[in-house]
Amino acid sequence: MLSDQQRMLTRAAREVIDGQIVNLGIGLPTRLFHYLPDDMNVLVHSENGVLGCRPRQEGEAPDIDMIDSGGAYITTRAGASVFDSATSFAMIRRSRVDVTFMGAFEVDQEGNLANWKIPGKFSPGIGGAMELAQKVARLVVLCSHNDKHGNPKILTRCQLPLTASRCISRIITEKAVMDVTPEGLEVVEIAEGLSVEALREATDAPLLIDESRLGRF
Amino acid sequence: MTLLNHKACDIDAAIAEIPDGATIMVGGFGSPGTPFALLDALLASGQRNLTLIKNDANEPGIGIGKLIEAGRVKRLITSHLGLNRTAIDAMNAGEMEVIFHPQGLLAEKIRCAGVGHGGFLTDIGIGTEIAEGRREISVEGCTWAIEPALQADVALIHAERADRYGNLIYRATASNFNPLMAMAAERVIAQTYRIDQPGDLPIDTIHTPCAFVSHVVQVDRASSQQGVRPHAF
Repeated sequence: MLSDQQRMLTRAAREVIDGQIVNLGIGLPTRLFHYLPDDMNVLVHSENGVLGCRPRQEGEAPDIDMIDSGGAYITTRAGASVFDSATSFAMIRRSRVDVTFMGAFEVDQEGNLANWKIPGKFSPGIGGAMELAQKVARLVVLCSHNDKHGNPKILTRCQLPLTASRCISRIITEKAVMDVTPEGLEVVEIAEGLSVEALREATDAPLLIDESRLGRF
Repeated sequence: MTLLNHKACDIDAAIAEIPDGATIMVGGFGSPGTPFALLDALLASGQRNLTLIKNDANEPGIGIGKLIEAGRVKRLITSHLGLNRTAIDAMNAGEMEVIFHPQGLLAEKIRCAGVGHGGFLTDIGIGTEIAEGRREISVEGCTWAIEPALQADVALIHAERADRYGNLIYRATASNFNPLMAMAAERVIAQTYRIDQPGDLPIDTIHTPCAFVSHVVQVDRASSQQGVRPHAF
């Protein structure tokens, strides 16, 4: 039996197309690393200056000059390159990174993202999140459907300071896969065993659901 | 600028030239590329009221974390403090002023100073909280924010190899902000594991040409061991 997070990661891995350049945000998205098949022609970008990260194997000695942006010791795969921070962000701002996966505190029906600051509680700085969110061609948010108190994170309108506006393409939670469309959030897949009513109940934003076309995951 | 034949010097002599109140760029993203030996020498040397420019605040007890904990940092210009709880506490207690920039803008502000420009135009962050206080202009129908360049009195750099003239080679993800900062400060002090003779480094592998570098000091590899995180897999 897969945990909720394993199910989300397995689903998220299917978003990556052979041949793409991919950035993985800190937290849950970093673990997507382990769900991408070795034989795929995919280069994982990390904003500290590497394209072609690979997770270090168990027992493989760490190289202290080789980390990802989350601070974990990594290694590189064939086809990798290393570069300075200006080049790394040029890649991001020029939309040469095809897809990025990020966590979120809040998202909303317009595709706005808040994931860097909770005023008065959490303000460690924005790091590279703003440029990734604003400029990467496709942003997939990977987050829990509700916060630890059960409050919805999928909102009609974000309340927290935004990382970037109208930047999200798709949202994957343990409960649903939702696309941001001009009409609002469209549910394309719903978790196995979950009812549409229960999904709406757990969500603040209005959801567009066509049950005849709804996939399960 | 220091003459080519006078760049290789003793670490304490190089650090002693930094005055109180200096603005200092510090290379590194997390531990890789952080000039730990230069920072320890700066701590021992006693300068106060420093403004530091670094991507992050290292971690508690290492790198610039030591300077922050010793109350020597008046202001920190950075992109993220997430791995240093004591730096966040110093910020929240008002003991240290912190100015945040998105990481790529921080890099570009430094790069801009390094290439001799006064600033650049960007659309990053327009309409968000970080845009408050920024000047915006319209160019051919597009709205841009003006980001001024960011200069410093001193840059402290970590390089894998150097030669006596100050040519520098970086390694892996220890590059990060180092080559940008190496061009953006009035005085550039680079620490390195090995100082070769001019001509020993393959000329097409040099990342920072010696023209930008004031001093090179040799440090022990063990000086970087303080940044090794056993918990990071």
